[in-house]
Formats: sequence, C-alpha cells, structure tokens
Amino acid sequence: MILIVDMNFKKESLGTYEFVYPIASVVKNFETYLIKHYSELGDTDVDKYSRVILSGNALRDEQVMNRAECFSWVRGCGKPILGICAGMQTIGLVFGSSLKRCVEIGMARIETVKRNALFSASFDAYQLHSLALRPSGEFEVLARSERCVQAVKHRKRSIYGVLFHPEVRNREIIERFVALPI
Amino acid sequence: MKLGVLFSGGKDSTLALLKAMKIEEVVCLITIISENRESYMFHTPNVGLTKLQARAMDLPLIRRFTQGKKEEELEDLKQAIRQARKEFRIEGVVTGAVESTYQASRVQRICFQLGLWCFNPLWKMDQRELLNEIVERGFEVIIVGVFAYPLDKSWLGKKIDAALTRRLVALQEEYGISPSGEGGEIETMVLDAPVFKKKISVTHSSIEDDGTSAVFNVSKARLAEK
Repeated sequence: MILIVDMNFKKESLGTYEFVYPIASVVKNFETYLIKHYSELGDTDVDKYSRVILSGNALRDEQVMNRAECFSWVRGCGKPILGICAGMQTIGLVFGSSLKRCVEIGMARIETVKRNALFSASFDAYQLHSLALRPSGEFEVLARSERCVQAVKHRKRSIYGVLFHPEVRNREIIERFVALPI
Repeated sequence: MKLGVLFSGGKDSTLALLKAMKIEEVVCLITIISENRESYMFHTPNVGLTKLQARAMDLPLIRRFTQGKKEEELEDLKQAIRQARKEFRIEGVVTGAVESTYQASRVQRICFQLGLWCFNPLWKMDQRELLNEIVERGFEVIIVGVFAYPLDKSWLGKKIDAALTRRLVALQEEYGISPSGEGGEIETMVLDAPVFKKKISVTHSSIEDDGTSAVFNVSKARLAEK
C-alpha cells in the first residue's frame, strides 16, 4: 500500500481536492493507497507502506515549511519517497537544503540534466510554486527550468523530488515512481 | 476562511461552490459576463442568469462585464476579484476548473498578485465521476450549448441524468469528445442544486442554430419553490 501525505494547511482542506486526489487517481490504477495528513504521521507510521508520495499544496500555503519536526521520519525511512512541489521542498529541508523565492505559474519547459528512472529529455510541465530549492550536497540535480532546479534525487537513497506537478501533466512520472523496485 | 466563488451558472462552478461551502465560508459569487462568445476564459450562454441563481442561493453576486479581448478580460476579472476582496473581505477564490491549465494558471496568477488563496476543488477530476456526482447529488442541470459534432440542437434543454451521462460517455468513446464538456463541447446551466433554496423555472426560451453549434437561450426565468 502506498502512503500519500497531504501537505496542505489542514486535514481535508480544499487543497486536498486539488493536490492530493489527483495523485490518488494515478496511484489507484497500480496499488492501494492511504491518504494521511502530515501532522498525523509518527516516526514508525511510514514503515508499513511500500512507498510514500508527499503532495504539493496551494501557492500561499507555506505552513508546512515551518513544521520540519513532522518530517523527522524521512531520514530513517527506507522506502522510495517522491516529493511533489511542497513535498520536494520539505524533503530538501530535512537534508540540509535551503529555499529561495521563485514564482512560476503555468506551463514551463523542463530540461533533464541527469539520466534517471522517472523522466528523460525535455518536456513541458505544470508549475505552481512560490519557492524553489537550493539543494544541499546530499542531492544530485536531475532537471532544471530556466528559473530553477526542477528535480533532485538523494545521492544514496531512492528519494526523489520534483518541483513541477506531474499529477497535472506528465502523470507517467508518478506511474514510473510507483513501479520503482523497492 | 472567507471565499468568493467564480460562478458561471454551469455545473462545474456550482459543484465547486458546493464543495467549498462544506469546508469554508463562501461569502459571495463573482461572475464575468463576456461579450466574446469565443472566450477561452469564460462560459457565455445564459451567464446573465447568474443573478437569478445567486438569488436562489441567497448569496451576494458581483457581476462585471468584459468585451472579452484576450488579456483585457483578465484585467476585468482582476477588478471583480478586487471588488470582492474590498466588499466581502474574501481571503481566497474558488474556481470550477477541471482540466484547463490555461484558465487555472491565469486565475492563480491574479490571486497571487492580489494576495489571495486560490482553490480548484474539481481539479483533474475524472469527467465521468464528475457527471455521476452531479446526478447523485440531485443537481438539475440542462444543456444550453453544443459546440462539437455529433452534438446538435436536439441535445439542448435536456437534463443531465444517468441515461444522458451514459450517452455522453458513449460519444467520448466513439468521437473523442469530453463527456463533461471540458473541451468546450457543451455548456450547461444549473436550475437546482443542494445549495439552492429555490429553484429556477425557465418560462421563455429559444434556440439559435448555425449548423455547427447551437445555443439554448433562456429569455425569461423565475424562482420557484422546491
């Protein structure tokens, strides 16, 4: 079973409809899933799932960025993790990265800069973010747009982050993540 | 959170309104009436009836007219949202966007510029599920515009029910049209929904058919007890 972590400012918010259910609609074709709000996760809760996806959230929703203590489990989790937008930013913060202001809304061109299991070449993707990641040395950069880093992978573990929204366009990226070997 | 809903009078914005009301406080509706029938941003058939629909729901309505020129219509939308922020102290905006990144990103940008939240509770919803939800929740929705083959004027005024949903889904399989009209194939008008305190009764209407598209124009309607 896949765990989808709702990164919105409150449980079952309007953001859940917009940022979590579209991920679930892709995942449901491959495996069962459970949605939990980030505030409900304990350090051991994630162990029982096959993999974890952290959702994005609304453009003005930066609450989760101040709740790093809710994500201490990420360091100890041995399962594949995919962070989308706010999910990517949060994973980055857990591993010592920082954030910078960078607003992108709408479609933008993404260039793959390192071969990886989720995507290749250049493609257009949907952007909805006001912050971007300055990745720490624990990550390798997989893709960029003109403005910022768009995708990273942890150097030693199966932890991915994408700033764009693959649940909107490029849903096959989520499908490939779901198919990654554990 | 106090929210304003971008309201066209069709099924999507009404369903988005219903979802928003269950979680947050909807304090007003916002309608843009476009003179441009080809507008990519705004629904046009019978949009003038949102005034009556707002009365049926007992919600205040901000209406703004636009010539519908590309980008200028966005400035008109921004002005309307700004007015809602001033008059009703909205903190965010809700839209009925389902698939269009064109529409969604433009509203997102305006809200961000105005310091407002933006929510799209129908975003990426499966179109068949969307139609089913409308039927199951007891919406009374009629088709008021058809803009793609093989849809013709015979569809106008028809109520969306389970049987009609099956017919639309069958057309998707045969002709590739979007069953809920996401590609602009159909436009709808809501006559009744769970948020309506009274329902809309159409008393005078006419059909306009140019051979490639057809519109059901409601010239007179009134509120009726449910």
